[in-house]
Amino acid sequence: MESRKKRTRLIGDIVGVVLTVVIFLIPFYFMFVQSIKSKKEANRLSIAWPKELHFENYLEVIKHGNYQLVTAFKNSAILTLFTVLGLLVTGAMAGYVIQRRKGRLMTAVQSTIMLGLMIPASILPTIHMLQGMHIYKTMFSMVMIEIALQTPFTTMLYRGFMASIPVDLEEAASIDGCNRWQIFTKVIFPLLKPIQATIIILVGVQTFNDFTNPLYFLPGAANTTVQLTLYNYKGQLGNSYNLLFADIIIITVPMLILFLFFNKRIVAGMVAGAVKG
Amino acid sequence: MTVWNFETAAFNGLENYKLFFTDPAMSTSVPHTLLYAFATSGLKVVLAFFIAIFLTGSIRTKSFIRSAVFFPNLVSTMAVGLAFAYMMHPTKGLLNVVIQSLGGKAVDFLGDPKIALWSIILTDVWKGLSISVVIYIAGIQSIDQSYYEAASIDGANWWQQITNVTLPLVAPAQNSIIILSLIGGLRTFDLIWAMTGGGPGFATDVLASVIYKQYAAGFYGLSTAGNVVMLILISVIAFPLQHFLDKREEALR
Repeated sequence: MESRKKRTRLIGDIVGVVLTVVIFLIPFYFMFVQSIKSKKEANRLSIAWPKELHFENYLEVIKHGNYQLVTAFKNSAILTLFTVLGLLVTGAMAGYVIQRRKGRLMTAVQSTIMLGLMIPASILPTIHMLQGMHIYKTMFSMVMIEIALQTPFTTMLYRGFMASIPVDLEEAASIDGCNRWQIFTKVIFPLLKPIQATIIILVGVQTFNDFTNPLYFLPGAANTTVQLTLYNYKGQLGNSYNLLFADIIIITVPMLILFLFFNKRIVAGMVAGAVKG
Repeated sequence: MTVWNFETAAFNGLENYKLFFTDPAMSTSVPHTLLYAFATSGLKVVLAFFIAIFLTGSIRTKSFIRSAVFFPNLVSTMAVGLAFAYMMHPTKGLLNVVIQSLGGKAVDFLGDPKIALWSIILTDVWKGLSISVVIYIAGIQSIDQSYYEAASIDGANWWQQITNVTLPLVAPAQNSIIILSLIGGLRTFDLIWAMTGGGPGFATDVLASVIYKQYAAGFYGLSTAGNVVMLILISVIAFPLQHFLDKREEALR
């Protein structure tokens, strides 16, 4: 019985790993080998290891268009950083209040925020509004848009996680003389670390990889973000597959690093009823 | 880009909507969007459940597999779309090389109007599966072990434990997945744009790609009409669905 169990587990391991490698890792291998091929070899689109390694593709991509990629990286980094910071603070506050206070007003606030999860952003009215406020095509407005769009999801995660924090802690703090604000900053906020790791990675990846919203709301060469640089190799340079894939690899690495930091904690933050919508 | 101006805009009634629904270039986007949303959401809900069951079991390689399943999520949709478009190349793409070496006939994944949308749907599932898996894993891990012990004392086998213990207790997580993936599917844009740009013809045009095309062409009225159609479509699907799922969740308790 025991050995049979071991054998099924071993088979499960082997089948799982083989399927994972074939389905999930081969496409990444393909992207990588494409990025270090010569232009001619890359056009064949095969997954064979290149005859000669062309790591200078990466340099060429960075230098392309007067270091456009560097500008794009700067813009994307600023956008991602401020969006994540903004959401960590506002989402935590909103989630806390909505989770702890009951009543008709809170139900209404809660439903309104959740509406944002469903309703798509309307593009032209938003542009018109930004123009009226004279902040269209600015990084500030882009950060505000990202925060607004991702507030519902962040608040939902925070609210679910706060349900697992016992109210006794706050009562104890209150007896010790803490006011509402101190309870939040000194007692609740430090306990939120697990869910914050989840939010940092999900919101960070979402914002850094966003293509659609910067396309509409942050046009202009100086405002370009990393995802829009992919356009360079699709259009004007025609079939420079090697450079396209080198660009893909370069703009994916930061997210890979972020993932390695927070990998183990992504699930932890979501456990404890956090996924309850 | 020309600056859009509200003041000079003339009211032309429902003309934009009439045009939107009579021009096949735009009207076909509605069924495409619906197919895309329901297919991606359904596949994710089912596949992610079994992967999550597998990854919460006793196998030793689960952290490796979980990380690998999460990888596609780190790459932008645009990049995934371009990479898969090249892997689906009608003659030299990786998928066709494999199919041909197995003796099959090459498939024009993105050039054949009948299957192009499905090719994109499967790419979407490949990329978006991980979030659903993570939410399911979190849901499964928060189930109290004593339920399983009780079930196994009552003589429930592995499959019965999954259908009678895991499935009902994971319902809140499942509801989040259904809603999030369905709405994501209804709004989808970047993957379509990267892989086919809505083509061949209009075979893979969805609402969001039509909205962008009209916007880029300067037809702001039509673009906004498309935006309103999308809003209505999401509302009439998401709200009743949310209501139904909440009711079902209460009934399961």
